[in-house]
Amino acid sequence: MMKKLLKLSAIATLATATLATAGTLDDVKKAGVLKCGVNTGLPGFSEADSKGQWRGLDVDYCRALAAVVLGDASKVKYVPLNAKERFTALQSGEIDVLSRNTTDTETRDTSLGINFTGVMYYDGQGFMVPKALGVKSAKELDGATVCIQAGTTTELNLADYFRANGMKFKAITFDTNDQVTKAFVSGRCDVLTTDASGLYATRTKLANPDKYVVLPEIISKEPLAPAVRHGDDQWFDIAKWTRNALLTAEEKGLTMANVDDAKAKSTDPETRRLLGVEGDMCKNVGLDKECFYRAIKQVGNYGEIFERNVGVNTPLKIERGLNALWTKGGLQYSPPFR
Amino acid sequence: MPSFLRDEKVRGILYQIITIVLFVGFLFYIAQNTAHNIEQRGIKTGFDFLNATAGFDITESPIPFTPKSTHWDVFKVGLLNTLIVSFWGIVLSSLIGLLIGVWRLSPNWLISRIAAGYIETFRNIPVLLQILFWYNVVLATLPATRHSINLFDTVFINNRGFFMPEFVFGPGSWLIGAALFFAVVAIYFVNRWAKKRQEDTGEQFPVFLTGVILLILLPLLAYFLAGRPITAVYPELHGFNFKGGKTYTPEFLALLFALSIYTATFIGEAIRSGIEAVPKGQKEAATSLGLSPLQQLRLVVLPQAVRIAIPSIINQYLNLIKNSSLAAAIGYPELVTIFAGTSLNQTGQALEILLITMLTYLLISLIVSLILNWFNAKMKIKER
Repeated sequence: MMKKLLKLSAIATLATATLATAGTLDDVKKAGVLKCGVNTGLPGFSEADSKGQWRGLDVDYCRALAAVVLGDASKVKYVPLNAKERFTALQSGEIDVLSRNTTDTETRDTSLGINFTGVMYYDGQGFMVPKALGVKSAKELDGATVCIQAGTTTELNLADYFRANGMKFKAITFDTNDQVTKAFVSGRCDVLTTDASGLYATRTKLANPDKYVVLPEIISKEPLAPAVRHGDDQWFDIAKWTRNALLTAEEKGLTMANVDDAKAKSTDPETRRLLGVEGDMCKNVGLDKECFYRAIKQVGNYGEIFERNVGVNTPLKIERGLNALWTKGGLQYSPPFR
Repeated sequence: MPSFLRDEKVRGILYQIITIVLFVGFLFYIAQNTAHNIEQRGIKTGFDFLNATAGFDITESPIPFTPKSTHWDVFKVGLLNTLIVSFWGIVLSSLIGLLIGVWRLSPNWLISRIAAGYIETFRNIPVLLQILFWYNVVLATLPATRHSINLFDTVFINNRGFFMPEFVFGPGSWLIGAALFFAVVAIYFVNRWAKKRQEDTGEQFPVFLTGVILLILLPLLAYFLAGRPITAVYPELHGFNFKGGKTYTPEFLALLFALSIYTATFIGEAIRSGIEAVPKGQKEAATSLGLSPLQQLRLVVLPQAVRIAIPSIINQYLNLIKNSSLAAAIGYPELVTIFAGTSLNQTGQALEILLITMLTYLLISLIVSLILNWFNAKMKIKER
């Protein structure tokens, strides 16, 4: 019922939003807070801890953006959304940016009235099964019952994969990740499928993580990226270059700890431009030139964000893999700051 | 003030015109604004998406559905599932409701207390919680597939659902259908004859017993005459799950139980108030005629009670149909879950899909209330 109300209210806002909207940047500055749509609960990406503090990779992106725009990484209002609500929330202006492990696809980019800014995490869809089932490969899953979150690319990939391999399955769909996990644990289904990162994250939440295995197959490309509303290019640019700044900071070895030092002493021209010592970065999008410096100072570079939330020293134990910088054999690459 | 404005009638009409103009203007403004916002943000509109491939699968579907089916098929599956669960919900809640309503007035202290307890418990807990209770507490505690509760190797119960044999009708089955039809016709005539005889001679004939015997005996005879054409397909454990036979999923059962049990409390109360509204004299008259308590209930009290209860029972049926949309919480694939849920999210066309869904519910409810209002008019006491 709540969901329906939410959806209706979203449409109502779509209907009554004032005709001449000011830019998102002005709205955010005026409100003094960034409204960021995040996952309702996915360890490592977006989760409220015991003190009610939001933590995770997606959350840190929101914080970086708030630091860039408002000068303070803590000025974020988190709006937890399930997969079905997320796009309507962004379309209707309930949130300023959607940072919620969302896969960038052609259909979404072109028909939903949203734009994806840049990939924060390269992922792919995998399967998790109870060890007791004795399944070693996804190819052995013919006839299995699969628990899945409604309204995701995962749902579509699953059907494609089983169809391509001539196998049958039964999909049981739920609204939130928690419901999916609960159904999986209670034995309602044999298989849980979502993005591989989500599988590792979910496994940390289970009572007996060792009783479950993640199968080796990765069946899809899932580039997870933040999204903003279509038609506000200024805001899109800010969101896009915030992500690029975090990547470039890692490439240049700038961390939370040494960024002040680098700002004072660095002779590298691109570092100087990124930190606002030289040039007019950010000025064209209506911000002061220290905007990216603040994000690095308050939130850290991409590598720090990754290691802090999902890296090998966290319960998720995820290797950098595809998410290493391009200089280290990964895919993460930023256009130059020039 | 011009003189015509002093006329109360003219003023009344004027106010109405102003109201209508403002209202239409408001609607126009909303529509304009929505269209503008949608265009500005480049959101896709129109109904073309109905012919696009859905790409996802649906757990249970009364018609063939594959990921290659379209969003229009998704709509049809959702609608059918809504109708199926509503139909069985209405049947089940009516039966429970009738029983509870009668029990509530029973002179037996224990029975009337049980009925009262039932009503007060289930009607005061939100139905969404009841759905979640049945799904997460009752059905999830059933054993896993390999440790299913096995009833005579024919029915299997586990946390994936209830697996029952399915009957397959071979050639010659029509004979049994014909026999069933013949039995019904025969009962009709027996009933008419018995009534006439009772009116003429006052002697009673065991119509009910004869009916039951006819209903069982005739089809059974046909079954053997046709060479036993009906066979059963039993569910068998095959790989991960049971295959063959008929399956009722936990999602369907949880929704059906919760809706029926919840709605039955209101139907029970409606029936009770109906019974209490029948004047006491009616019952006394029936007693003085020598009718047994059961006969009094069946022949004198209930026909009048149901007549009084019908309007509020109609409301409960409509509520049940609308409440079935709460299935989204447990993933039963009805209209709201899959069409206004999954399809909406995969296509992003919230406006069109919600419009279709709301119109569909409106249409279902209007049709149901039309039928029941007709029934109500037919059942009313015909005053001459």
